[in-house]
Amino acid sequence: MKLNTRTIVAIGIGSAIFLVLNRFVAIPTPIPNTNISTAYAFLAFMAALFGPIAGALIGFIGHTLTDMLAYGSVWWSWVIASAVFGALVGFVSNRLAIERGETKMTDFVTFNVYQVLANLIAWVLVAPILDILIYSEPVNKVFTQGATAGLANLISVLILGTIFLFAYAKTKTQSGSLKEE
Amino acid sequence: MASKNNLLSYIERNSPVHRLTGVTKLVVFLLWTIVCMVSYDTRVLICAMILSIVIFLIARIRLSEIRTVLIFIGVFLLLNDLTIYLFSPEEGVRIYGSRTILFQFSERYTVTKEQLFYLFNVTLKYFTVVPIALLFLVTTDPSEFACSLTRLKVSFRVSYAVSITLRYINDVQNDYHNIAQSQQARGIDLSREAPLKDRIVGLAGIAIPLIFSSLDRIELISNAMDLRGFGKKERRTWYCERPMTRNDWIGIIGAVLLAAIAIGVTLTNGGRFYNPFR
Repeated sequence: MKLNTRTIVAIGIGSAIFLVLNRFVAIPTPIPNTNISTAYAFLAFMAALFGPIAGALIGFIGHTLTDMLAYGSVWWSWVIASAVFGALVGFVSNRLAIERGETKMTDFVTFNVYQVLANLIAWVLVAPILDILIYSEPVNKVFTQGATAGLANLISVLILGTIFLFAYAKTKTQSGSLKEE
Repeated sequence: MASKNNLLSYIERNSPVHRLTGVTKLVVFLLWTIVCMVSYDTRVLICAMILSIVIFLIARIRLSEIRTVLIFIGVFLLLNDLTIYLFSPEEGVRIYGSRTILFQFSERYTVTKEQLFYLFNVTLKYFTVVPIALLFLVTTDPSEFACSLTRLKVSFRVSYAVSITLRYINDVQNDYHNIAQSQQARGIDLSREAPLKDRIVGLAGIAIPLIFSSLDRIELISNAMDLRGFGKKERRTWYCERPMTRNDWIGIIGAVLLAAIAIGVTLTNGGRFYNPFR
């Protein structure tokens, strides 16, 4: 695995932002320990820009450090689910044209199809199954928690993630934006 | 700004635990986590708990220094226990295969000895990891952490990413506070009084400047690293690398032996659970 310098720095800084967003910028839901967080919208955005390896590592490092620095201990099943989510969304990265400054409707649809699938796999499948295997928690409890978190993240990525991508594309100069007069 | 910064961080002190190398602490921490993750054996967990408190005392960290975090974890665990009970009041009965009713609230919500014992184990399982994880955090110099990861055969590129994260958490946090305050000065309301829609718009108003200023930072740092020849060779050395001492080896070997014993004891039950009701 040979990562280029830009990806390494993106992973480092990305994890730091993920941590800060996760810690401070979240809306609590009525279900305990579950928030609608901006952090996952950001994770999806970074994964879409920098690819699956960056996505997986930002999810893994960011979530591990969030847990460690806030609670002193790590809930590994959900950390792994975050990494899976980042990796899966990352596969969309070479299908998007946003680096070229284009804001095509189809790109946002593709991005959201990937993120919906990634959310379902990570939170409705990976997280609850690992919760049962590692922590032996009740089946209906972990699936309810997983589904709620998945739904919350899905909405957060749908709204905020799309806004982030759109704003990013606007900062890029469009190819062919210069015209001969 | 420091008062808002309630994240855990390195506390410098001269104790036997501080003098161990980062590698030793990382190995012990990982083994400890694995054992406490695998085992649901009450005897193993209680031993681990006592041992971790002993190590905690050796490290000369005062309880007052980590009190906020402990309260946080306590509330989290209480909520978790409550949710488990609401969703599955008979989980303990299923696991331990017997049913001793103490009293009952309703048809569904019985209180059984087995359920109480199961919840006790869930809580204990989490609490045994906490002292060691806290210790690992407050006694390991962040710059030594990346170096320890490389020694455990993690690619130095990934280790470097972790060290960048640890370096920039504070900067990003300061950026966040500055942006949040200036946005609030412009009238964005994030408190509970504002309707949900306004709060989401407000969050985007804080998150977007934070993210885009950091994307610029990524370009800046990676250019600086490239200019200094980062990643041209397959290996790199670390400024803070320290040689292993006798105590390090004692620590690592001791931890490996204890972990083996703990997992052995757990397996002799014929399952992950220790069953006192049989």
